Amino acid sequence: MGDVLVFAEHVKGKLPKTTLAGIAAGKQAASRLGGACHAAVLGKGVDAVAAEVAAYGVSKVFVVESDALEHYVADAYTDALAQVVKDKGIEMLVATSTAVGKDLLPRVAARLGAGMASEVVHFNEDGTLTRPMYAGNVIATVKIEGSPQVVSVRATAFDAAKKEGSGAVEKLSASLDAAKLKTRFVEFKETKSDRPVLTEASIVVSGGRGLKNGENFTTYLEPLCEALGAAMGASRAAVDAGFVPNDLQVGQTGKVVAPTLYIAVGISGAIQHLAGMKDSKTIVAINKDAEAPIFQVADYGLVADLFKAVPELTEEVKKLKH
Amino acid sequence: MKILVPAKRVPDPNSTIKVKTDGSGIVTDGLKWVINPFDEIAIEEALRIKEKLGGGEVVLAGIGSKASSEQLRTGLAMGADRAILVVTEEAIDSLAVARILHKLVEAEKVDLVLMGKQAIDADSNQAGQMLAELLGWPQATFASQVELAADQKSAKVTREVDGGLEVIELPLPAVVTADLRLNEPRYASLPGIMKARKKELKEIPLADLGVDTAPRLKVVKMEPPAKRQGGRKVETVQDLIQALHSEAKVI
Ligand SMILES: Cc1cc2nc3c(=O)[nH]c(=O)nc-3n(C[C@H](O)[C@H](O)[C@H](O)COP(=O)(O)OP(=O)(O)OC[C@H]3O[C@@H](n4cnc5c(N)ncnc54)[C@H](O)[C@@H]3O)c2cc1C
Repeated sequence: MGDVLVFAEHVKGKLPKTTLAGIAAGKQAASRLGGACHAAVLGKGVDAVAAEVAAYGVSKVFVVESDALEHYVADAYTDALAQVVKDKGIEMLVATSTAVGKDLLPRVAARLGAGMASEVVHFNEDGTLTRPMYAGNVIATVKIEGSPQVVSVRATAFDAAKKEGSGAVEKLSASLDAAKLKTRFVEFKETKSDRPVLTEASIVVSGGRGLKNGENFTTYLEPLCEALGAAMGASRAAVDAGFVPNDLQVGQTGKVVAPTLYIAVGISGAIQHLAGMKDSKTIVAINKDAEAPIFQVADYGLVADLFKAVPELTEEVKKLKH
Repeated sequence: MKILVPAKRVPDPNSTIKVKTDGSGIVTDGLKWVINPFDEIAIEEALRIKEKLGGGEVVLAGIGSKASSEQLRTGLAMGADRAILVVTEEAIDSLAVARILHKLVEAEKVDLVLMGKQAIDADSNQAGQMLAELLGWPQATFASQVELAADQKSAKVTREVDGGLEVIELPLPAVVTADLRLNEPRYASLPGIMKARKKELKEIPLADLGVDTAPRLKVVKMEPPAKRQGGRKVETVQDLIQALHSEAKVI
């Protein structure tokens, strides 16, 4: 019998869609292993969020509260999470590959001496796992040897868990050795935005180097995002050039998204960019170069000057919505 | 300050990766090999720290076949002082990499490990975090800025995280992993390349380290991804909006 533990990340007291996908993944894993799916909620003042996690059909929610866990830091969170895994005899630890998940899980795996697979997209019947490698050029079947196993999952590969039943919340006392905790959280410089979060939005409009500068993102792309209720994304080139903040980067080494509609504007379609968006349901590309590789994955390609096409498109969308 | 920078040999990110028909790996014939781009950024950062402090040592560490010495030479040509290559033909997973590096860090008495946040072949993003844990050191992953304190006893690191930038402070020794925006790596200069030929590149057989490298993660099979069906070109914005509204029904 192998029980699964999902690390349930919460942001400002809420459960982002990425966490719900992680819970869904944990349930898939538990059904393969023939065990229960539990969740762990770490933090300070997390009663409400723990109760919410319990409503998503997990067997138990283990809660670890401490002042040291108020802000996420790798060492304190590793201590707490590894203790839950050990105390509860967990067979597989699962978390979503968010910035926190990516930072935390390998450290916990090393603490447990466990093998880890990153960005898993499927739990196979025979116990193997499926994950992309080489910027998505390779789909690999992998196997973790030994026990426990540690798995980070790609949020876009799992439908968000739905509310069903209600698990029991169990508070655990953590023995966090404050003297050994070395990392100090200083500040979080939040990217302020009224638009939907990139990894939650059903429509994403991304801009590339073709936008030429940051002002053009504001003048051309933002009104289109507004009209569509879309999140804004970007290519690495646009981020490197400082047009938009880092956390908008979509791709192999940025965020992976799979919205219903993805519109790539002035993006050439390098393999590293495609790795982050090619599972979108419908892809639109607007590029003045008819040979741009982005057109090979686009359902609808418009060969045009974006500075002409984007304002037109924005107007058409507005008309449609009226 | 002594800084260790692991550097991995990976296929050039611009090359086309094909899977062998028997699924046992990728086709390596004709591939161009480079230093993992994130490791290159880590090397650059180490060199800048050394230059700023006006002293110290930057040691590169490679793990892999003897061919990896090519990439280590490139790193030496950028300005690193010497290199260690742990020679093995085996497939090494992230935990084994961390265990090997752990040995090297202890043997070398390193003050700081700077490494890439992920290697662009396996895309695992694990080794730095695992190494930090094995050493019992603090970690700062996905770094876009590293500021050393004047007394060199701690560092303030800005990290690229979801929804913005996070700043953390950690005492040294520590493990820091580089994200894309940390710096723009220099090219090796011609004099740098000449000098690199004479720099020390020590090869150590993996077996000599006495590390448990039995893989905890095994690749059973590789396949090419399902190909996405290309669509069609539309002539005008009107056609596009029509298609999205009536055909794809996404707006
Ligand atoms: C280690 C590594 C990791 C990477 N990770 C990522 C990643 O996560 N995400 C990512 O995106 N990239 C990543 N890259 C970079 C990637 O290889 C490409 O360089 C990048 O995606 C290119 O961005 P771009 O398409 O905006 O720019 P370009 O390739 O320069 O394309 C600009 C496009 O805009 C078009 N254009 C210009 N003007 C107009 C106009 N007026 N109207 C219409 N079209 C116009 C051009 O025809 C061109 O196709 C990575 C690279 C490396 C080496």
